[in-house]
Amino acid sequence: MTFTYLRTAVVAAAMSLAAGGASAVDISGAGATFPYPIYAKWADTYKKETGNGLNYQSIGSGGGIKQIKAKTVTFGASDMPLKPEELQEAGLVQFPTVTGGAVPVVNLEGIKPGELVLDGPTLAKIFLGEIKTWDDPAIKKLNPKAKLPSQAIVVVHRADGSGTTFLWTDYLSKVSPDWKSKVGANSAVEWPAGIGAKGNEGVANNVTQTGGAIGYVEYAYAKQNKMSYVDMINKDGKSVAPDSESFKAAAANADWAHSPGFYQILTDQPGAKSWPIAGATFILMHKAPQDPAAASEALKFFSWAYEKGDKAAAELDYVPLPDAVVALIKKTWAAEIKGADGKPLQN
Amino acid sequence: MVDVAIEADATLTSLALRRAQVLHGLKFHDNMFRRLTMGAALTVLLILGGVIASLIMGSIPAIRAFGFDFLVTQTWNPVTEKFGAMAPIYGTLVTAAIAMAIAVPIGLGVAIFLTELCPYVLRRPIGIAIELLAGIPSIIYGIWGLFVFAPFLQAHVQPGLIEAFANVPVLSALFAGPPYGIGMLTAGFILAIMVLPFVASISRDVFDTVPPVLKEAAYGVGSTTWEVVRFIVIPYTRTGVIGGVMLGLGRALGETMAVTFVIGNAHRISVSLLAPGTTISASIANEFTEAVGDLYTSALIELGLILFVMTFIILAIARYMLMRLERQAGA
Repeated sequence: MTFTYLRTAVVAAAMSLAAGGASAVDISGAGATFPYPIYAKWADTYKKETGNGLNYQSIGSGGGIKQIKAKTVTFGASDMPLKPEELQEAGLVQFPTVTGGAVPVVNLEGIKPGELVLDGPTLAKIFLGEIKTWDDPAIKKLNPKAKLPSQAIVVVHRADGSGTTFLWTDYLSKVSPDWKSKVGANSAVEWPAGIGAKGNEGVANNVTQTGGAIGYVEYAYAKQNKMSYVDMINKDGKSVAPDSESFKAAAANADWAHSPGFYQILTDQPGAKSWPIAGATFILMHKAPQDPAAASEALKFFSWAYEKGDKAAAELDYVPLPDAVVALIKKTWAAEIKGADGKPLQN
Repeated sequence: MVDVAIEADATLTSLALRRAQVLHGLKFHDNMFRRLTMGAALTVLLILGGVIASLIMGSIPAIRAFGFDFLVTQTWNPVTEKFGAMAPIYGTLVTAAIAMAIAVPIGLGVAIFLTELCPYVLRRPIGIAIELLAGIPSIIYGIWGLFVFAPFLQAHVQPGLIEAFANVPVLSALFAGPPYGIGMLTAGFILAIMVLPFVASISRDVFDTVPPVLKEAAYGVGSTTWEVVRFIVIPYTRTGVIGGVMLGLGRALGETMAVTFVIGNAHRISVSLLAPGTTISASIANEFTEAVGDLYTSALIELGLILFVMTFIILAIARYMLMRLERQAGA
């Protein structure tokens, strides 16, 4: 009697477990913090539509790269693209999901958002500590009409390693040979000047508090908090404001088709409307995943996100990828991510 | 007769047997207790050993790459992967020194007031306030420091300091530069506030252990309150007070979140206390998540090892000082 009862209970439990497993697959991912809000939003909507959940831990790009290499997650996420050689070595596929970028913000009395315009070389000199006051001739020359005070410039940068810093320093390296040789580009660098603050909110707060400060924050953060941003002069010599148009232009003008592993950093892109400090955030997956079923579910999720996630992304001030790029990504999936039987997981 | 004797004998034997059983049970319990407590003590050693071992193993790549230079180099360049720990070590020591310089006198003052001078009705509220101060999570101090304290310093204190010491030889260098609000001095202030409750509440507790008869005798021969504190209370409680100060110092050296918020996080050594700097724990907290590459991670772990060794050395110095004091007192 007792035995029968027990057996029934165990079998019932096993069945319900199996059933639960079949109806809801949890995709696991880890990495960059920058795209976390949009991944979380997509995951939420996706779960409502399909019943499949996504467990994404925003532990930072470095952690994401380590975890996908250790195969503890289905996908890793990084703000800094891995070089094609490194992808090859680790047997990984890389593709972008959304675009964002960095925006310079200032605290100058009497200067409204977008009133000030800077170009790359001047920005580099400010962050190198070579231009020390706001009425420097180099800044005046770019802003003949603005009333610039003879205030000291206080540089504020990120203290924690960050994809935003990578884009920022990558841009400065591209436009200033001095910056390239003295500092270079990375998610954390040896800053020649200024104070470091933790996170976007730390930088924003320090800039707002300090008269004469200049810093950089993520585009979404600057927009949502209505920060006093600065217009930039791009590669084509045109002055552009940071908005979804100019970020989209930067993504569209990049040569994705000829970049293996989608290795594209969208800084200093050509095009009259391109914002010069943009960048995509990336997903990393194994070419021959250990758990093909989970990988297939992950690809289904991203495929859904490209098709239906644009609106949610725009609401959170991320810039969706151009359709042409999405088509390229899907081609890459079909060609490179394969199950144990050698057949592509996603067509 | 014989029967009775045998019976009595039997009772005696059974009694002895029971006694032996009970004793055996007690012995067993005692043994168990001894092993359990020993196990607890050994766990601590095991954990400590594990921490040291994993710190050393983690930092081997950095030790190999930089050797002793790691300690005396200021460069911290993730791009070229050249790392040196001098700026964080310097920042850790300076901010802790500022904190202790402020917190120890104030903490002792609070404790003396509470135990010797305070009206009875005020003792509990002030005592509870100090303990509450110790219970506030450090992130709260950090946020308060960044949003409230730093702007206040920037607007009202730092300009005054810069101006006041502008013409004094050494101090003008210590208080030079634009008032950022955040910086090493601010970090030191915040740490002082965080450390203060440790120093104050431990000192108060040990001051309370002074036998009243000693104090009464001193007052009886005409000592002032200051003399009683100086010649009776403090000598009697020296060990405990130094213990409290060391506990505070330990917190000041290792505090992370609050410092990260207000120190300015620059890997530079500046003479000026108003300039941004960094500490070991702030660097690790800031950079570990996004540290890509073995050498970078390893350099951060070596920083952790250095902090560990620094704390150990400071504790050892404290022990040595206590030993010397006790020997002097004994002689």
